[in-house]
Amino acid sequence: MSLTVDEVRHIANLARLQLTPEEERLYAQQLSSILESAARLLEVDTSQIPPTATVLPLRAPLRPDIPRPCPPREKMLSNAPETEAGMFRVPPVLE
Amino acid sequence: MPNLTDLSLLEAASALRKGDVSSVELTEACLERIEALEPQLHAFLAQTPDLAISQAKAADQRLQEWRKKPEEPLPLTHGIPVAIKDILCLEGIPTTCGSRILEDFRPPYSATSVARLIDNGVVILGKTNTDEFAMGSSTENSAYGTTHNPWGLDRVPGGSSGGSAAAVAAHMCFAALGTDTGGSVRQPASFCGITGLKTSYGRVSRYGLIAYGSSLDTVGALTRSAADLLPLFIAMAGHDPLDSTCMPDPVPEINLDDGNLTGVRIGVPKEYFIEGIQDEVETAVRSAVNVFEELGAEIQEVSLPHTDLALPVYYLIAPAEASANLARYDAVRFGPRRKSEKLWDQYLRTRGELFGPEVKRRIMLGTYALSAGYYDAYYGQAQKVRTLIKDDFDTVFKDVDLIACPVAPTTAFRIGEHGDDPLAMYLEDVFTLPANLAGVPGMAFPVGFDRNDLPVGMQLNAPHLGEKALFQAVHAYQTQTDWHLRKPDL
Repeated sequence: MSLTVDEVRHIANLARLQLTPEEERLYAQQLSSILESAARLLEVDTSQIPPTATVLPLRAPLRPDIPRPCPPREKMLSNAPETEAGMFRVPPVLE
Repeated sequence: MPNLTDLSLLEAASALRKGDVSSVELTEACLERIEALEPQLHAFLAQTPDLAISQAKAADQRLQEWRKKPEEPLPLTHGIPVAIKDILCLEGIPTTCGSRILEDFRPPYSATSVARLIDNGVVILGKTNTDEFAMGSSTENSAYGTTHNPWGLDRVPGGSSGGSAAAVAAHMCFAALGTDTGGSVRQPASFCGITGLKTSYGRVSRYGLIAYGSSLDTVGALTRSAADLLPLFIAMAGHDPLDSTCMPDPVPEINLDDGNLTGVRIGVPKEYFIEGIQDEVETAVRSAVNVFEELGAEIQEVSLPHTDLALPVYYLIAPAEASANLARYDAVRFGPRRKSEKLWDQYLRTRGELFGPEVKRRIMLGTYALSAGYYDAYYGQAQKVRTLIKDDFDTVFKDVDLIACPVAPTTAFRIGEHGDDPLAMYLEDVFTLPANLAGVPGMAFPVGFDRNDLPVGMQLNAPHLGEKALFQAVHAYQTQTDWHLRKPDL
């Protein structure tokens, strides 16, 4: 299994990571060797094996639906890089 | 009275109760030791001396009242100085996860594990260094510089909870919190010659633990003995309505007085003594197994046949979960921003420039494993083989109460030794990953030293929610041996 630089670019875009050309080459090589080392995993016959998403017994705990105070807005905005009028400010999404 | 920082946590708790020492005195002793050693070790990312002194003063006041009514319960953690891995939120104090992308982030709330310790009277000295987002086995992946091992300053302390392990081993604090997703409490405990508990998945709330691999992440603690660790476990464990994966099961009472292990069945998995394991590690672990036998345990060889698949399973599942969890770092609600005219470019630049190389590598790997056309082949297959690994543990735990094995194939390696070879670094986790995939608890503790005077660790694993047996067995071992009492020359 080996990844091309084009595939790395595609994945980086899906993951919203801007990579330098040098990083693209490095990750193509490193991810390829990591996936190669995982090849033995793909050979295991799992046709009869269910997947494990969690080790816990399935449960759907519910808590009483009682309203409680929220943290103040200023506190939740205090880590934001940019705010305006009590909101998070971002660059335009639509042209 | 000996040097205050050389007391065990339990000795310090007892001295506090008697009034032989105050929490402020303990705290000042720790702060002085941190000041003296921090330039060599770099265990901390943030120190909180003002918070510590105010918590210590409050603890002393409570102690004064308690001495008038000593029949009232008082937690053993009361007034004890501790450190917190910088991946657990502490309200108002910078929490960076060792990453530039959370530089100056001040959490609006504290993690449940941290809040429960505070409720139990601890004094918080600061936040400890970690591999970025807990992704690593050496703390070399911290964006803020690596931590040095107190047993050899040119060695790594292990990771990702390497700052916590170094701080405890160097007697800068009496205990520290860590987290363990693939070995991040046990391996640094082993490399630094201390005791570390990885709790069962679901035993301790993860509310306020900044997520890495959500089906694997656990909160744990590091101390200089199992007996010292118990009060922290008792303080933290148990249901939390703020974490739906936190189990409602009651936390058992754990009595450590009885050092007798008669009838306890310990399995030694043959797959853990592989080629490439350092001779001295195997020798020390096997002689520790003999000590358990002398204590009355029944030893038998067992088999966990899918052990060699744990590494590729983990390095697909954890990155896949990480790629989803780390999508939240979008420079909108928190963290520094690489300003651009378009939101899209802002995402790309901020994440590309502020995540470190290992984090980007794992996000890429995980994104790939989850992407169209590869999901079934990689992520789906890894989840199925995870079932086989978990079944291995379920099967063996029908015959034995505990599993005994090495923590890592070697003692602490040199800083820079694995350079830019991510696979070589991943191999360091080969013995710790299976417990995370199976969700079972594990405790690492020192069982010897190698020819370079570096600690050798061993771990016991127990069935899910079986921490009690871990505490009893490791405590029994530590009543018979003194590896855990050794202190590095600093």
